[in-house]
Amino acid sequence: MALTPELVNHVAQLARLTLSAAEVELFTRQLNDILGYVEKLNELDTTGVPPMAHVLEISNAFRDDAVKDSLPVEQALQNAPAQERGGFLVPRII
Amino acid sequence: MEYEPVIGLEVHAQLLTQSKIFCGCSTSFGAPPNTHTCPVCLGMPGVLPVLNKQVVEFAIKMGLATNCQIAPLSRFARKNYFYPDLPKGYQISQYELPLAEHGFINIEVNGTRQQVRICRIHMEEDAGKLIHDEQRPVSYVDFNRTGVPLIEIVSEPDLHSPEAAVEYLRSLRNILLYLEICDGNMEEGSLRCDANISLRPMGSQELGTRTELKNMNSFRHLQRALEYEIRRQRALLINGEAVIQETRLWDEAQNQTLSMRGKEEAHDYRYFPDPDLVPVEISPDWIEAVRQSLPELPEAKKARFMADYGLPEYDAGVLTGDKALAQYFEDCVQQFDRPKQISNWIMSELLRELKKAERGIESCLVTPTALARLLSLIEQGTISGKIAKAVFEEMIVSGKEAEAIVQARGLVQISDEAALETLAREILAAHAPEVAEYQGGKTKLMGFFVGQMMKKTKGQANPKLVNQLFARLLKK
Repeated sequence: MALTPELVNHVAQLARLTLSAAEVELFTRQLNDILGYVEKLNELDTTGVPPMAHVLEISNAFRDDAVKDSLPVEQALQNAPAQERGGFLVPRII
Repeated sequence: MEYEPVIGLEVHAQLLTQSKIFCGCSTSFGAPPNTHTCPVCLGMPGVLPVLNKQVVEFAIKMGLATNCQIAPLSRFARKNYFYPDLPKGYQISQYELPLAEHGFINIEVNGTRQQVRICRIHMEEDAGKLIHDEQRPVSYVDFNRTGVPLIEIVSEPDLHSPEAAVEYLRSLRNILLYLEICDGNMEEGSLRCDANISLRPMGSQELGTRTELKNMNSFRHLQRALEYEIRRQRALLINGEAVIQETRLWDEAQNQTLSMRGKEEAHDYRYFPDPDLVPVEISPDWIEAVRQSLPELPEAKKARFMADYGLPEYDAGVLTGDKALAQYFEDCVQQFDRPKQISNWIMSELLRELKKAERGIESCLVTPTALARLLSLIEQGTISGKIAKAVFEEMIVSGKEAEAIVQARGLVQISDEAALETLAREILAAHAPEVAEYQGGKTKLMGFFVGQMMKKTKGQANPKLVNQLFARLLKK
């Protein structure tokens, strides 16, 4: 499948990225190169190969339902660009 | 043209685990902001989520209780979107291979039984909470709720009225409470509900364009939001306009739904398998073990109450509508084997007084034993049914035993036949005209004589005895 500049713009928008026309052109080409390379996999006959859910051949890695210490609030907020009232301060969305 | 509403619900239930779904932070409600967070639930780079086994067990329970097939292989996916309450930029959820699928529950709407199919039940993590500033255009993000385990229960579009939707949600909530896997508190958000609703011409099989309704945090809100949305969509269709597929918020203050945003296409979430989590394999043995641990569920309990105790369907429905109430009833019956009488008392006196006192059955001051004793006092003829109601009203506020109240207030029923006969003769002597009328055939006056006796004895005369007495004395 060939990636169009429109689709690249759409994906950029979902990632909240603003791209210049030159970048759209560049990324469209680069992404198409990557997809074309991966497309090679489709040349393999995978009849009879069960779908893989994970690269590791393990399942059921569980932990017990036990409470552990959380971070002190100061540490949790340490990297916040802005904080107030014990919360991460963000622009209002709704 | 007549239109038929087509409604499906997506219900999110917070699971009652001690710790979060992928880390050891506490799930308890109401802690100061950001005190239950760690690098995993804050979405720091380089951390690994590890699945809480209890979450899987609880989800299997709900799957089995709603007649779902439990997937032998299940896995987690990332749902990608940006919002300030989502620290990682994606929510860990399930997409393909959810834990449970193809179930159903039975509900009853206006006396008609209906099956509602469950499309799927999957596990996911909750997002954080935004507290909006009242003056400035800013919000404070609290990540305590981030990573609290949820199951999402998705119904098929099998509901065709607001009443049916409410009844379905009520039934799901009751099952969750019976299983003790969710506290069902809609105000605190432990149980949340979104609705998809569309209209179609009556008799049509095609689905119309739907809207998704959010922000309904009570049964009443759900009912009213759906009623409003049915009116809104019907008006559009009648005027030949199109319903736009979008998400709308229920605004309780304005009593209407408001457009929030156009529905993002499913693929915009760019779901993909989460490489941080390995698949969940559920063996038939595990499913069987969970099945063995299931308690008796509301529907089965209701049927048993009807069969074993001979209760009418209505009684059985009310009593089993609350697990604790059903237990209360059964504890009572154990000590006083008059199921219908107990049911009557619970449904009228007990529930009314609890509502007045704004208490749940769990904190009721009248224990099942105490209620059983009170009813035995009526049975033994110590007090009349009417006096018992007055005694009960005192029991429920004071927590005292029935016997103590009866003794202290001198309420013991007068069953002394000789004493009552003396009083009865006095009454008859004082009301010669009525006696003549009665003996002339106006037997309705019996009530008048009994009333006089109750007045004289402050309601304490044994009514059965009084009736017999007057009948005998008036025969002459």
